[in-house]
Amino acid sequence: MKYSIFSLARAALSGHKNWQRTWRDATPKDRYDVVVIGGGGHGLATAWFLASEYGIRNVAVLEKGWIGSGNAGRNTTIIRSNYGLPGNTGFYELSMKLWERMEQDLNYNTMVSQRGVINLYHSDAQRDAYARRGNTMRINGIDAELLDLAAVKKMMPFLNFDNARFPVQGGLLQRRGGTARHDAVVWGYAHAASALGVDIIQNCEVTGFVRDANGKVTGVETSRGRIGAGKVGMAVAGSSSRVASMAGLRLPIESHVLQAFVSEAIKPLLPNVMTFGAGHFYVSQSDKGGLVFGGDIDGYNSYAQRGNMPVMEDVCEGGMALIPMIGRVRLLRQWGGIMDMSMDGTPIIDKTPVDGLYLNAGWCYGGFKATPGSGFVFAHLLARDESHEEAARFRLDRFRRGAMIDEKGVGAQPNLH
Amino acid sequence: MRIVCPFCGERELGEFTYLGDAKPQRPAADAGEDAVYDYVYLRDNIAGVMSEHWYHGGGCRSWLKITRNTLTHEISAVEPAAGAGAAKVGA
Repeated sequence: MKYSIFSLARAALSGHKNWQRTWRDATPKDRYDVVVIGGGGHGLATAWFLASEYGIRNVAVLEKGWIGSGNAGRNTTIIRSNYGLPGNTGFYELSMKLWERMEQDLNYNTMVSQRGVINLYHSDAQRDAYARRGNTMRINGIDAELLDLAAVKKMMPFLNFDNARFPVQGGLLQRRGGTARHDAVVWGYAHAASALGVDIIQNCEVTGFVRDANGKVTGVETSRGRIGAGKVGMAVAGSSSRVASMAGLRLPIESHVLQAFVSEAIKPLLPNVMTFGAGHFYVSQSDKGGLVFGGDIDGYNSYAQRGNMPVMEDVCEGGMALIPMIGRVRLLRQWGGIMDMSMDGTPIIDKTPVDGLYLNAGWCYGGFKATPGSGFVFAHLLARDESHEEAARFRLDRFRRGAMIDEKGVGAQPNLH
Repeated sequence: MRIVCPFCGERELGEFTYLGDAKPQRPAADAGEDAVYDYVYLRDNIAGVMSEHWYHGGGCRSWLKITRNTLTHEISAVEPAAGAGAAKVGA
């Protein structure tokens, strides 16, 4: 089914009763060229790029629940490419460029909204650090603007500019950043991948790997039977250690819970995505009107998909410090997602020591914005057996080689990233 | 999550700081690169009952060894870790 203004008009004239399913809920075949474990944004994007860019269409995406039921449905929908370290800068810009053409590529409205992302700074030292990051971005062809206090006041007059301890001094703005509709991204990739022949198989939990005499992975055991595979890619962030352990691997990853929050709907207030530089608080406003915000991970290992009160308090304190009027808004919902926290805060996209098994993991806080880029470079790795140039530093062995990409500079302590 | 400190009684989570899995032991100085790599970077990342080190910084400033289920956050045991500095490498 192809979506257009005409299909919308046709459906409207028939009372919206004739919309077709947008993707096929497939049953597993005996064998695929590539099996992707994980029907989130990254897994589905990988399958779509395999089919559309690399001509590999005999592909299955296996999802233990329903597609988009993990972190793809639990994030705060922010897209941006304002990174400063080699490895990250180019990769996230690749992803940003794919966001900009996603709706045309997929023929699906993913509600990409380039409303801008601004990181506020509150001290001279932080201004200098942001200026440096902005310069790094611009040298790499990415848009960045360093705003002074007057420009921030004009853009967001409602912020607290009288905070004596953490005065707002300005901000680093990426106008091309913004938000996208997370569920639509999942369904858009499912829609486009399914149309190219990819089998999306739900309620199909991987319970083990099938290995040949040489140890090569030749398939997966699942709750819906054995499925053969030429190659197997894992895109199961949050559960990477659990799935990898079935192949005897230990990863440089801890699973932590990250909470997110949404307020009741209010009239349009926030013009962009903003972050408070003196604490960990970031916020945007959804098209439904709710303020969507979050902060730090809780800081202890968890697979529970729910967090605790101290972080909730900390996040709300950050919000109150920055935008005091949100104290009048009621919290509507709060939830937690399980993050793959890697040891340097940066993802891993690489072959594993197990032949035939490929890893896409360690997304920490940053998985959603990376969705198209992650799918693209992981498809490249699966198709060509070599890293895409923009993911060449996201290697599994970088910790052993001392080639960490530690954007925050805090070392191998996941709860500090 | 509330933690019953053996010295202070039941306290709220915000008083505590997390270190991580209590199982890894710091390798001997001559253990070699592989052992150090393993200790610093690799994790069992257990989904289930895990023994962990926590620090009661907002209370008695003791290191604690806590047995907790990472799937449910249920805490089944809290005991003092042996020696403040030594606690970092296990009792």
